[in-house]
Amino acid sequence: MKEQDMVRMANQIAAYFASYPARTGEQEVHNHITSFWEPRMRSHLRDYILQGGKGLHPLVVAAMAERNESVSLSRS
Amino acid sequence: MTSPHCGTPALIRETDHGTPAKPGGAPVSLTIDGRQVTVPTGTSVMRAASEAGIDIPRLCATDSLNPFGSCRLCLVEIQGRRGTPASCTTPVAEGMQVCTQNPRLAKLRKGVMELYISDHPLDCLTCPANGNCELQTMAGTVGLRDVRYGFDGENHLRQEKDTSNPYFTFDPSKCIVCSRCVRACEDIQGTFALTIQGRGFDSKVSPGAAQSFMDSDCVSCGACVQACPTATLSENSIIEHGQPEHSVITTCAYCGVGCSFKAEMQGETVVRMVPYKDGGANEGHSCVKGRFAFGYATHSDRITTPMIRDKISDPWTPVSWETAIGFAAERFKAIQARYGKDAIGGITSSRCTNEEVYVVQKAIRAAFGTNNVDTCARVCHSPTGYGLSKTFGTSAGTQDFRSVEQADVVMVIGANPTDGHPVFASRLKKRLRAGARLIVVDPRRIDLVRSPHIKADYHLQLQPGANVALVNALAHVIVSEGLENRAFIAERCDEADFAYWLEFIRDPRHAPEAVESLTGIPAADLRGAARLYATGGNAAIYYGLGVTEHSQGSTMVIGMANLAMLTGNIGREGVGINPLRGQNNVQGSCDMGSFPHEFPGYRHVSDDTVRALFEVVWGTALSAEPGLRIPNMFDAALAGTYRGLYVQGEDIAQSDPNTQHVTSALESLDCLVVQDLFLNETAAFAHVFLPGTSFLEKDGTFTNAERRINRVRPVMASKTGKAEWQVTCELATAMGYPMHYDSAADIMDEIARVTPTFRGVSFDLLDRKGSVQWPCNDAAPDGTPTMHIGGFVRGKGRFMITEFVPSDERTSRFFPLILTTGRILSQYNVGAQTRRTDNVAWHPEDILEIHPHDAEQRGIQDGEMVSLASRMGATTLRACLSDRMPQGVVYTTFHHPVTGANVVTTDHSDWATNCPEYKRTAVQVTRSNQASDWQVQKQDADSERRRIAPPAAE
Ligand code: SF4
Ligand code: SF4
Ligand code: SF4
Ligand code: FES
Repeated sequence: MKEQDMVRMANQIAAYFASYPARTGEQEVHNHITSFWEPRMRSHLRDYILQGGKGLHPLVVAAMAERNESVSLSRS
Repeated sequence: MTSPHCGTPALIRETDHGTPAKPGGAPVSLTIDGRQVTVPTGTSVMRAASEAGIDIPRLCATDSLNPFGSCRLCLVEIQGRRGTPASCTTPVAEGMQVCTQNPRLAKLRKGVMELYISDHPLDCLTCPANGNCELQTMAGTVGLRDVRYGFDGENHLRQEKDTSNPYFTFDPSKCIVCSRCVRACEDIQGTFALTIQGRGFDSKVSPGAAQSFMDSDCVSCGACVQACPTATLSENSIIEHGQPEHSVITTCAYCGVGCSFKAEMQGETVVRMVPYKDGGANEGHSCVKGRFAFGYATHSDRITTPMIRDKISDPWTPVSWETAIGFAAERFKAIQARYGKDAIGGITSSRCTNEEVYVVQKAIRAAFGTNNVDTCARVCHSPTGYGLSKTFGTSAGTQDFRSVEQADVVMVIGANPTDGHPVFASRLKKRLRAGARLIVVDPRRIDLVRSPHIKADYHLQLQPGANVALVNALAHVIVSEGLENRAFIAERCDEADFAYWLEFIRDPRHAPEAVESLTGIPAADLRGAARLYATGGNAAIYYGLGVTEHSQGSTMVIGMANLAMLTGNIGREGVGINPLRGQNNVQGSCDMGSFPHEFPGYRHVSDDTVRALFEVVWGTALSAEPGLRIPNMFDAALAGTYRGLYVQGEDIAQSDPNTQHVTSALESLDCLVVQDLFLNETAAFAHVFLPGTSFLEKDGTFTNAERRINRVRPVMASKTGKAEWQVTCELATAMGYPMHYDSAADIMDEIARVTPTFRGVSFDLLDRKGSVQWPCNDAAPDGTPTMHIGGFVRGKGRFMITEFVPSDERTSRFFPLILTTGRILSQYNVGAQTRRTDNVAWHPEDILEIHPHDAEQRGIQDGEMVSLASRMGATTLRACLSDRMPQGVVYTTFHHPVTGANVVTTDHSDWATNCPEYKRTAVQVTRSNQASDWQVQKQDADSERRRIAPPAAE
C-alpha cells in the first residue's frame, strides 16, 4: 500500500475516535486497527511509526505504541 | 403433505378469494347457502363464501385488489334486502342469510355473460389465455351456450394491439373493462399509469392520453398483466410458448427485496415468472426485473465449459472440469509455496446462495489457510454492519417490510426505492397514500419526493458528503427542544455513553443554523423534519448506499442508530433502522462469514472459543489474524505480496472504484480464477474461468434485507453439469483439503450447527414455512420479524459520538462539480444480466444528469456527449439536463461497461470499513465528441482478452 493511503486510512480512524477521552480513544484506535487490519498492514504501520510516522495523527502513534497485539474482545 | 413447496411439481394455482382478507376484526357469523360461516368484520360476502368453499362467479373482483363492483356477475340474494347486491362489495353482517345460487340469479348472470361475450372475439382456441381465462371459465360456470345478440352490431373487435412493451401485449379487443388493471397499477404498484377513458360503451383502458405503454408512465411491473382476467394483457412469453404445465416456488436473484416467485414452466423452459402471494417480502408483487428479465440465464453469451490460459494475453482454451480445477489448484499451491499462505485469497458474491458463499469462505479459511476472504458487500453495506453492531449489537436491519404499514413517519435517506427496491417502494407508497408522513434526505430529487398522491413533507436536498452534519443537526434539535424519549433511554440504553453523547450533541456547533453552509439545507426545514421524526408517532428510517458509500459511512449509520434510540423508535413494528440492501444476498453473504475478520455469524477470528469451534467442525487449524479486505487485496497485489485470487460471481473490474487501479492490480496476479456466467470485465484478467450457474439452476437460500431466508429452487438442470458449491469443494479438495457435501441442504445443516442465529434453520423448515427471518433458534423457533424488542442484542443500546469529519475528496478549480452515482429500475448494477435482456429498451446507455445552469456555463446541450473527468480518470457519455440535481452536483449510473463510471471514482473510503466513497467524486464536465483514452484502450484490450481458441483438431 502506498504510504499516503495508509496514513490517510489510519488518520481517518483516529479522527473518528478523537472525540473520546484520550485513554478510550487510544484503546479504540488500537482495537480497531488490530481487529480489521491484516498483519502486513499493521507491520507496515508500525515500521512507518518507527521511522518517524510523518503525517500520522498523534492518536494513531499513541494507540500503536507499547500495547501488546492481542485484540480485546469487548468490541461489540 | 399438501404444501406447494414439495412433492412432484404441479402447476400451483393459488386460491383467489375475490376480495382481500380483513384480519383482526371481531368475528361475525352468517349463513351462506345454509352453511354457517364465521369471518372477521369487514370481510365481503364473496370472501366469506369462498373461505367456506362456495365460489361465487365474478370477473372484476380478485383478492389482491379492493372490490369495485362493476361486472355484476357476483350477484347474490340476502334475506331481508331488496334486489340482488354484489357480493364483492357487500360486507358481512351478523346473522345475515345469503343465497348464492338459484334460478333467478342464474338467469341474471347468464344475461350479464351474454353481454360480455357478444362483444368479445370468440377465438378461444387460438387465444394465448386459452385454459387460463376467467371470462372463458365464467361462461362455462354460468352455463352460457349461445349469444342472442349476434356479432353484427357495433363492437370493439378489431382494435389495434399495443406491442410497444417488449414483455407484454395489450389487445384491447379482448378487454371487458373490469378495471382490474387500473386498480392494480394504482393500489399495488402505485404508479397510476392506467385510466379508463370514455364512458359506457366507449369506455376503454388506456395508458395515458393516446399513448402507448412504452411512452406512458408505466414501469413495466406487470401487476396489470397479472390482474387481467382475459388475454387483453398477456405476457409475450405466454403468447409465444402457451400456458405452463408446472411451477416451482423460488426467489428473485436481483435486489435485496427478495421477492418470491412461481416460476411457471414448460419442461425446462420458463414461460413466465409470477410473484407469489405467500412470499413474505413481496406478497404477490414484483418489478420489471424479477418478473421479466430472466432471459439472461439462457443467453448465448453464457459460457458453460471451463477454460484456462497461461497468460492473460493468450486466447482461452476450453478444458474439462478436472483440468481446470487441477490447473487452478497447482497455481495457487505454487504461489503459496513461494510467497506464503497469505499470498492468495478470494472474494465471495452477494449474488450467490448462502450455501455457495459459506463453502467459498470455508475453502479459503480452511483449504487456503488464510482469512483473505471478502465480499462485494464491502463496497456497499459494510458500514451498516459496523455501525449497527456497535450500537445495537447486530449487523442487520431491525424490521420486516410489512412493518412499514405501521409507520407514521418515514425518513428515506440516500436511497431511491422506486428504482432500487421497487417492490418495497410500492409497499411504502401504499402506506404514504394512506397518510404516513415522508421525509426524503437526498441530493437528488428522487421520484418519491413527488409522485401521484404522494408529496414529501420535507425534501432535505443536502450536499453529497454532509450526511453526518445533517444527522447531528437532527439530533441536536431533538435534544435542545426536549423531544427525546427519556423513559426509553433510561430503560434501554447505556447511561454513561448517553451522558457523554448528550454533552457532545448539545454543542451549538451542531445546530441547523450552524451547519447550513455545510449541508445546504435551510435550518427551518431541518428543524421541521427533526420535530416530525421525533413527535409524529412511529418513525422509521430506510436508507441505502447514499448513507454508506461515503468516507463517513459508518459514522452516519451510527448517527441514525443514535436518532432511533433517542426517540425510542426501535424494538416494535412501524419503526427501526432499515438498510435497503443492494443485491439479493448481501445480507446472507455477510451472515455467512464473508468478511476477513469474521467467521459465520459475525464472530471475530481472534476469538479463541469461536475459532476452536470451527477448528473442530472443519477439522483443521485456522488463522487468528484478520485477512485483507478487497481494497487491501488490490494494494497488496500491486506491492507484490498478494498473487492469487478466486472471485466468485462478481465483476470487480467494473463495480469497484478507480478502475485503473483495480485493473493494474488484477493484471499483476499470477493466478486469477473467475467463477461466473459470462466472460465479464474481470475475466479479461483471469487465467481460469469456471462457469457458474444462474439462479434458475441453483438449489439453496438467499437472505434478503429483512433477514428473511428464502428458498431458491432449481427449475432446470445446471447448464455446466455441476453445482457451484461442488466446484468450490473440488477446488478445495485439489488444494489438499477434502471437502464434500451431498446436497445444498447438507451445507445448510452445517451452517445451522456453527451459527447460533441459524440454529433452527433447515431446508425442511423452509419448505414447511416458506421463509423465516433470523435469528431462528430455540429462543425464536419461528424466526424474528422485529429485532431488539424489550432489549438490544448487545444488552444496553450504545450512543456513540459522531463528529463530522469532511471527506478528503474536495472540489477545486479544476474539478468544481461533485459526481454521485446510483442505479435505475430497469438495469441492475454492472448490468451483466439486465443488459442481456429486453430491459435495454429502457436504458441503453449510462446518462449524466447535469443541472441546466451548470450545463449552460459549459455550453452543453441536452443529449450531447460530454467528457466526465476526475483526478483518477475520464470517460465520455451522454448528458441530460435535469433540475433533479442541485447546482454543482452531477449524477450517473454504472450499468454499462463502455462508460465505466468507476474510471472516475476514487480510492477514498469509509474510515471504519474501507467501503469506497462512490457518492462523492470531484469532477469536471466538458463537451467532447470522442471516447476517452481509457475507453479507446479498453476497447482494444477487450477483444484481445476475450478470444477463445478454436477446438484443436484431433
Ligand atoms: S405494468 Fe405496472 S406500471 Fe405498467 S401499467 Fe401495468 S401495473 Fe401499471
Ligand atoms: S385490460 Fe384486462 S384487467 Fe384491464 S380492464 Fe381490460 S380485461 Fe380488465
Ligand atoms: S428486483 Fe427486487 S423488487 Fe424486483 S422482483 Fe426482484 S427482488 Fe423483487
Ligand atoms: S365481481 Fe362483484 S361486481 Fe364484479
